[in-house]
Amino acid sequence: MAVNNFKEDELTKETVSIQVVRRLFAYLKPYKLPILQVLLLIGLVITVELFNPYFLKLGIDRFIANKDVVGLLVLSAVMVALNVVSMVCSRMRIKIMSGVTNKVLMTIRQELYNHIQKLSFSFFDERPVGKILARIIGDVNSLNDLFTNSITSLIPEVTKIIAVMIIMLSMNYKLALASFVTLPFLAAGMFLVETTSRKRWQMFRKKNSNLNAFTHEDFSGIRVVQSFTAEEETSKTFLDLLKATRDAFMKAVRINDSFWPMVEMSWGVGTVVVYWYGMRLIEAQDITVGLLVAFTGYVSIFWQPIMNISNFYNTLLTNIAGAERIFEIMDIEPDIKNDAKALTMPKIKGNVSFKNVTFSYDGQNPVLKNVSFDVKAGETIALVGPTGMGKTTIVNLISRFYETQEGTVSIDGYDVKKVTIESLRSQMGVMMQDTFLFSGTIKDNIRYGKLDATDEEIIAAAKAVSAHEFIMKMEKGYDTQVNERGSRLSAGQRQLIAFARALLANPRILILDEATASIDTHTERLIQQGIKSLLKGRTSFVIAHRLSTIQSADRIMVIDNGCIREMGTHEQLLKNKDLYYQLYMAQFKFLEEEAV
Amino acid sequence: MKRLARYIRGNICWYIAGITSLVVAMALDMFNPYIVKVIVDDVIAAGKSELLKGALLALAGITVVRTVLGYIKQYAFDYASSKIVLKLRKDLFDHIQSLSFSFFDSTNTGELMSRIKDDTENVMAGAGYGISLFIEQVIYFVVASVMLFTLNWKLALISVLIMPFIAQIAVKLEKKIGEAYGRLSDQRAVLNTTAQENIAGVRLVKAFAREKYEINKFFEQNKENYRLNVEQAKVWADFFPKIELLSNVVIVLVTGVGGFFVIGDEISIGTLVAFTNYVYMLIWPVRSIGWITNVLAQCKASLAKINKIFDEKPEIRSPENPKTPAKFEGHVEFKNVGLEFGGVPVLKNINIDAKPGSTIAIMGLTGSGKSSIINLIGRFYDCTSGSVCVDGVDVKDMDLKTLRDQIAIVMQDTFLFSDTIEENIRFGSSSLSEEELIKASEDAKVTEFTEQMKDGFKTVVGERGIGLSGGQKQRISIARALSKGRKILILDDATSALDMETEYEIQKALESRKGMTKFIIAHRISAVKNADEILIIDNGEIVERGNHKQLLKLKGRYYETYCEQFNCAEDMLEEEVV
Repeated sequence: MAVNNFKEDELTKETVSIQVVRRLFAYLKPYKLPILQVLLLIGLVITVELFNPYFLKLGIDRFIANKDVVGLLVLSAVMVALNVVSMVCSRMRIKIMSGVTNKVLMTIRQELYNHIQKLSFSFFDERPVGKILARIIGDVNSLNDLFTNSITSLIPEVTKIIAVMIIMLSMNYKLALASFVTLPFLAAGMFLVETTSRKRWQMFRKKNSNLNAFTHEDFSGIRVVQSFTAEEETSKTFLDLLKATRDAFMKAVRINDSFWPMVEMSWGVGTVVVYWYGMRLIEAQDITVGLLVAFTGYVSIFWQPIMNISNFYNTLLTNIAGAERIFEIMDIEPDIKNDAKALTMPKIKGNVSFKNVTFSYDGQNPVLKNVSFDVKAGETIALVGPTGMGKTTIVNLISRFYETQEGTVSIDGYDVKKVTIESLRSQMGVMMQDTFLFSGTIKDNIRYGKLDATDEEIIAAAKAVSAHEFIMKMEKGYDTQVNERGSRLSAGQRQLIAFARALLANPRILILDEATASIDTHTERLIQQGIKSLLKGRTSFVIAHRLSTIQSADRIMVIDNGCIREMGTHEQLLKNKDLYYQLYMAQFKFLEEEAV
Repeated sequence: MKRLARYIRGNICWYIAGITSLVVAMALDMFNPYIVKVIVDDVIAAGKSELLKGALLALAGITVVRTVLGYIKQYAFDYASSKIVLKLRKDLFDHIQSLSFSFFDSTNTGELMSRIKDDTENVMAGAGYGISLFIEQVIYFVVASVMLFTLNWKLALISVLIMPFIAQIAVKLEKKIGEAYGRLSDQRAVLNTTAQENIAGVRLVKAFAREKYEINKFFEQNKENYRLNVEQAKVWADFFPKIELLSNVVIVLVTGVGGFFVIGDEISIGTLVAFTNYVYMLIWPVRSIGWITNVLAQCKASLAKINKIFDEKPEIRSPENPKTPAKFEGHVEFKNVGLEFGGVPVLKNINIDAKPGSTIAIMGLTGSGKSSIINLIGRFYDCTSGSVCVDGVDVKDMDLKTLRDQIAIVMQDTFLFSDTIEENIRFGSSSLSEEELIKASEDAKVTEFTEQMKDGFKTVVGERGIGLSGGQKQRISIARALSKGRKILILDDATSALDMETEYEIQKALESRKGMTKFIIAHRISAVKNADEILIIDNGEIVERGNHKQLLKLKGRYYETYCEQFNCAEDMLEEEVV
């Protein structure tokens, strides 16, 4: 498992720009009608814009020159009216287009988010949170410019260019070709920088992503930072990442900034060529003076849209990197997904069995080696063993958070791979080592276990795990706000809330992964009594290091080095005088010492 | 805006470079029509072909110089604004890091990330593009106005007359769109938080198979984001076309009124034609007022959000004239300490005297106030009554960094960065020697499992230590604290995920480190048994204190816990008590 971190740039696959662009613009397909409307409205606005100079000329030549006051007034009124129409059109255009653009962005963001929800643990194991977040928020936002200025500017501009080209060619094809002479160079220049520019923007996005990852980690671990007075050090790391981002930005911008001057240059040189060649044509009596004057008027009309199109091209290059990063994630297939013929898991009785299960996170070093065991419905199994030997891995396989490489995990005879994930997991209550609370009230956090739970049910669950008392002591009771870091709650209190949450889910199988490690023995005892009746007949797996927790289990499974070293009741294992006996006796070392 | 002005001043050179090239390029621009006029009038019409070469060369020369200047201008503004955003982000980051725990208790990570990323980006747009556009258009406007006034002041007055109306629209636009951006910025913080929590808590989401619920939750925010974006666009749609209309009306007005002047024989028709040509020069800057207002309003709205964070003052600060103890030995005293949060008492009348090198263990029910006690030593919160002293000096009188530099804490939540194991241990002390690193790792039993890893110490762990077991994470956190060699070591329930064997060994190693005063919060008797003094906390008060033997004899809470944990070993227990 290659773990990426904030220091390391993400690897991205090589993609072909045109495919990314095509895929991106496919999102506009459902909006053909509004886009057509927008184009019509733009057409109207442009027409009015073009009529303004014409009316001006008309006013001066016909009415003012002839001292026609009425005519002048009428003309002015018509012009104002037309411009009011244009204003209304403009307003409609902006509204419609912003609706389309933001809908598209919303759709892309939601699709990306929905896809991420389907991905398996391994995807999240390999990436810092901040980097995934950068794609959902930053990369999607970066597409905004692209959609706002794309179609709506592209189509009218291209139309303009073609129209002007035809006019110019029909006026004098030689002169026309002469004025187009810089175009191939411009086009070549732009396409040449395409790859470089794209790569540089890609790099910028990656650096940005690193920055985001570090910011996220630093803020979520702020207590550790402050307690080790490491602010200066983290500030330096942050500055380094900022500089890397800035440098990547400037590198990309160096190309981008040359676009506008490149077009201006071609424009200027093109104009010079037209005059020079035009004069020669006049000398050769090929064209008239009037034609050249009129022709040069079109040259500037010709270059304006080219400038706008190159601008659009520039936006495309800048933002395509964001699109690539979005599609890259959308293209990741979840490792764990429902089988095509997956069944719905019926109500779980709780018989869990592992048959020759071998598992490894990275495909090389097996964490579990050929593990087999059977647990009967209603049993409580304690998993014991040195840290890092595979206890959590075993319970993770029951919920199918990871896929076994060999062997099968089955519940009530159903292979977990052959039932739908939702029907499986919704019947399990898992309490993880890391207690996570969402920002919101305590009540909302408990309710997460059963979304339609009534307040009474929530309170009952809290009471069962002895959380009710401390919750009521808080300023706002169940409505007290907490957040990810848990605010002022102690680790033990957070575990109690998480426990209530798991209990509320009414799980058929309960998995407690060091779930009570931060809870004192007394409260733990109360919890055991509180949930006894609730969990009657349900299977539970408990990972713990505290003997009092372990001893209340029906059977104890001792895990060592990815294998089940021994399994049995507390008494049996003590008689075995093996690993469990050693672990058990470890706590008495303290006592022995004193006796010595 | 004051803050922005300060940042701009710091990069004034780049701004001057940008503005200079902008002005020169514009001045050159003014020559273009003149040269074209020469070509058209003199060369083409009058046939003076000898002028052509010079004119064309001049045209080409101007083009080249303008191109270069144009590039310099863009680059200078990009560079200046990227430097500003760098500085702003750094300052904001440092400020956030200086804030107290209580700020983080009530502010979500997602929100802070949104401020430091998205809002600063808006400021960048304002400081770069916004300002360059503003200056450019102001110059255009002034030049065009001067030209118009020299041509005919009456007509010029009429065309400038429209300005107050446009200014009024701009002011309204700024207000409305600024408000819209403010709302959007807050909503983006919520959207960011929603996504951030989902991903940070994804294992929980999957365990409860709550993907659909999470999708809906995000969809609500995503929709709201869409709505606010459209709302913002609507404000734009309401105002910008009005500015466009007014700028076009200028042309109509000039033609109309100018026409009457011509009819009234006040001006010649030639003047009017010339005037209408120049009026177009005025239209562009007038229109761009809308764009400029938009960019600057967004910048201002984001700055306001950023300033709100800058205005947060750390509740806990170093005093003006900090005192420093003569020598740091690790002597910690609590004198009648009380602590309240929002009127609810958390600690009452706590008295502790931890002599240098001693071990104080704290036990108690969940939420009884154990962590609150040790949080007071490093002054992560301030006590409401009484005093906490380290080596004879009240912690409130000490420099915060000096104080915290004496303390190494292992928190309940083991937090690791997505970095190598080695870097995680080194964290906070880059100058750590190899021996210290190895010694700490061996004492905390880290080497025991890194030796079995392919990359050993160089193994990269995921964010928050993903990929390691709970016990391994705790061991790294302990190594991190031990490696610092500080005078006070605090273990806040830091061995709960360790198996007993490992816990025992780590404890032996801790005991051998004599120069440290140790505070240990734990639930297992095995972890606290050897302490010099064990405090039992209930409801914020010390209800029992003494060493292991004394407390067993007391037959109180400690004894109860002991029995609960060793219920199967009662014979042994009795032997010992006797």
